[in-house]
Amino acid sequence: MSFFKKLFTREKKEELDQGLEKTKTGIFSKISRAIAGKDKIDVEVLDELENILISSDVGLDTTVKIIERIEARVAKDKYVGTSELNSILRNEIVMMLAENEKEELEDWLPPSAKMPYILLVVGVNGVGKTTTIGKLAHQLTKQGKKVVLGAGDTFRAAAVDQLKIWSERVGCDFFDKGMNTDPAAVAYETVQYAINNNCDVAIIDTAGRLHNKIGLMKELTKIRNSADKKLEGAPHDVMLVLDATTGQNAIEQAKAFTAATEVTTLALTKLDGTAKGGVCIGISDQFKIPIRYIGVGEGIDQLQIFNKKVFVERLFEK
Amino acid sequence: MFDNLSDRLEGAFKTLKGEGKLTEINVAQSIKEIRRALVGADVNYKIAKEFTDKIKEEALGTQNVLNAVKPGEMMVKIVMDELVKLMGTQSVGINVKGKPGVVLVAGLQGSGKTTFSSKLAYYLKNKKNLKPLLVAADVYRPAAINQLTVLAEQIGAKIYKEPDNKNPVEIAGNAIAFAKANSIDVVIVDTAGRLAVDEEMMTEISNIKEAITPNETLFVVDSMTGQDAVNTAKAFNERINYDGVVLTKLDGDTRGGAALSVKYTVGKPIKFVSMGEKMDTLDVFHPDRMAQRILGMGDIVSFVEKAQDQFDEKEAKRIEKKIKKNKFDFNDFLGQLNQIRKMGDIKSLLNMIPGMSKMTKNLDIDDNAFKKVEAIIQSMTPAERGAPELLNMSRKRRIAKGCGREIHEINMFIKQFDQMRKMMHKMSKGGGMRGMPGGFGGK
Repeated sequence: MSFFKKLFTREKKEELDQGLEKTKTGIFSKISRAIAGKDKIDVEVLDELENILISSDVGLDTTVKIIERIEARVAKDKYVGTSELNSILRNEIVMMLAENEKEELEDWLPPSAKMPYILLVVGVNGVGKTTTIGKLAHQLTKQGKKVVLGAGDTFRAAAVDQLKIWSERVGCDFFDKGMNTDPAAVAYETVQYAINNNCDVAIIDTAGRLHNKIGLMKELTKIRNSADKKLEGAPHDVMLVLDATTGQNAIEQAKAFTAATEVTTLALTKLDGTAKGGVCIGISDQFKIPIRYIGVGEGIDQLQIFNKKVFVERLFEK
Repeated sequence: MFDNLSDRLEGAFKTLKGEGKLTEINVAQSIKEIRRALVGADVNYKIAKEFTDKIKEEALGTQNVLNAVKPGEMMVKIVMDELVKLMGTQSVGINVKGKPGVVLVAGLQGSGKTTFSSKLAYYLKNKKNLKPLLVAADVYRPAAINQLTVLAEQIGAKIYKEPDNKNPVEIAGNAIAFAKANSIDVVIVDTAGRLAVDEEMMTEISNIKEAITPNETLFVVDSMTGQDAVNTAKAFNERINYDGVVLTKLDGDTRGGAALSVKYTVGKPIKFVSMGEKMDTLDVFHPDRMAQRILGMGDIVSFVEKAQDQFDEKEAKRIEKKIKKNKFDFNDFLGQLNQIRKMGDIKSLLNMIPGMSKMTKNLDIDDNAFKKVEAIIQSMTPAERGAPELLNMSRKRRIAKGCGREIHEINMFIKQFDQMRKMMHKMSKGGGMRGMPGGFGGK
């Protein structure tokens, strides 16, 4: 690893640290408080642990799973001291993440074999799709990729303008057909634009939609299909953007969007504002879809590759 | 997703069968189930605990629970009553008196402030006959001002903006002066989304508040928010001491436990619920409905309202006339199907009917439930659709080919349709509900 890369990584870590500061103090001070004055993992400690995990938005199902695993271990080893609780918990969380985060991402670039690489971005209202697209376009452009943004949110007032401003900020290409046009046509023509203009990546924005609106979910399927019609295999990635402050409903969202568009990757936004890094654990456990990005701040640079090793390390660092 | 509370309690009380009475142990068990149901609905775990402790006390303290024939039902009732009590027993309106009245809207990014602000303007304009002014005080998010401009235009409200001014405190202050000069009744200040942990931005919002002294400060919260709702609600309250809460995106399928967390933590009333992207989808808050929703107990009132939303009086009158003349045809039927579909997906509709969720739980009803029927009708000629009596054997055979179904399926459908038509005709003549068959589209 080059010196510069090291430096870069360290900077990133610092940002993640700051972003996760609340999560850390959340989980850690709580665990130490829970085990203060105890030397053995007993029912009370486990109950307290259940509360801690739930309050971090890990989710009920995943929390119960973790608790049961620890219970089983305590039963097997007869005596497990509270001093080991952190390391046991850490192992459990690493294992949960490992089940579907196969590769350890340091960085992500679109495979050059697929050019243009088409990325469709979906999610419910207000999760931060457009902002995530802007940040992502910035990263890719900085790394020398030619990017075009497709303004597929033709519904929400001024959504096209918002994306356009991002493209200007980033200095990348922009394609739109104006407001109130057919988003499937925008997707189709964005792909065409990317082909004609030798773009490396096309990122297509879509309007936010609640996952229980069947008509709107069908529209998403149509958008997906029309990209495929122009370029077989497109979109190569469908990224579902989830708001980290969302509770249990995130699971329902992931289910419905996956059914409509075969989501291949997740981006988790607003991780800086919440005490809830725990949501990463729950989502990873419940879905076999890897988290690729996390948003940890408002700055254009504050979109990071989700690296589970780093994430867990930060979570458990004292 | 999590089973609803009634299901959970039923499980907890199964062990009670034959005893018919609550014991301390059984109460403890059902209390745990209630707590999990609440947490599953995103109620903050601490609040869920405090709440269930109270329920426990009540359940053990009241003789009629211990002696109730159906302790499970009694328990659910206690929970419901307590929940409603907590959420506020009646809805609280907003105060827009003043010359002009001033409303400040604040919240996290993406919670729906701009959409809500516009809906509020629409509501004040059309329901209260007031002249609102929307103020674009979000100077950060790209195109935020444009968004409000477009929405203001849509609803025909005035907007105040200063695209080159990056100081929201100044903009808000200037807007008030503008309102005074232009005989505006209510000023609605839409602010940028901000995190509760962002010191600078939180200072900014409290400065805005100080500068314009609003009669009403509203905190907008996404109904899908998880455990963190408590912290955010508290932090905003400490800084701007808001008067009420707005719950957005309730047209989703979230249980909305955040509503309880926020109310419980800061004790401020929930004043509006917002559900949809259309401008007229703003409603006052109904505590009882919210309690039912959190508990996953069905919401018959919302079901009826949803049906009413889709209800077109003219169309209904037309159909009624046709039924009276026994002229209800396939076109009308297709129209009715579409109307039902517009209300949302069928499963979630069924779940709004109390007791229904248990029956639909393992049922995979999707949007395609009506597809077969639709395909049959769409394989008919316009003439056939308008006159069901036309259908003879050769026509039926053609229809079967057209929709890829067997001829007996076509026959069955036409028979059912015929029965339905007769029944509706009978009812329209005042025959009442007598002899009503099992409804249309049966399997």
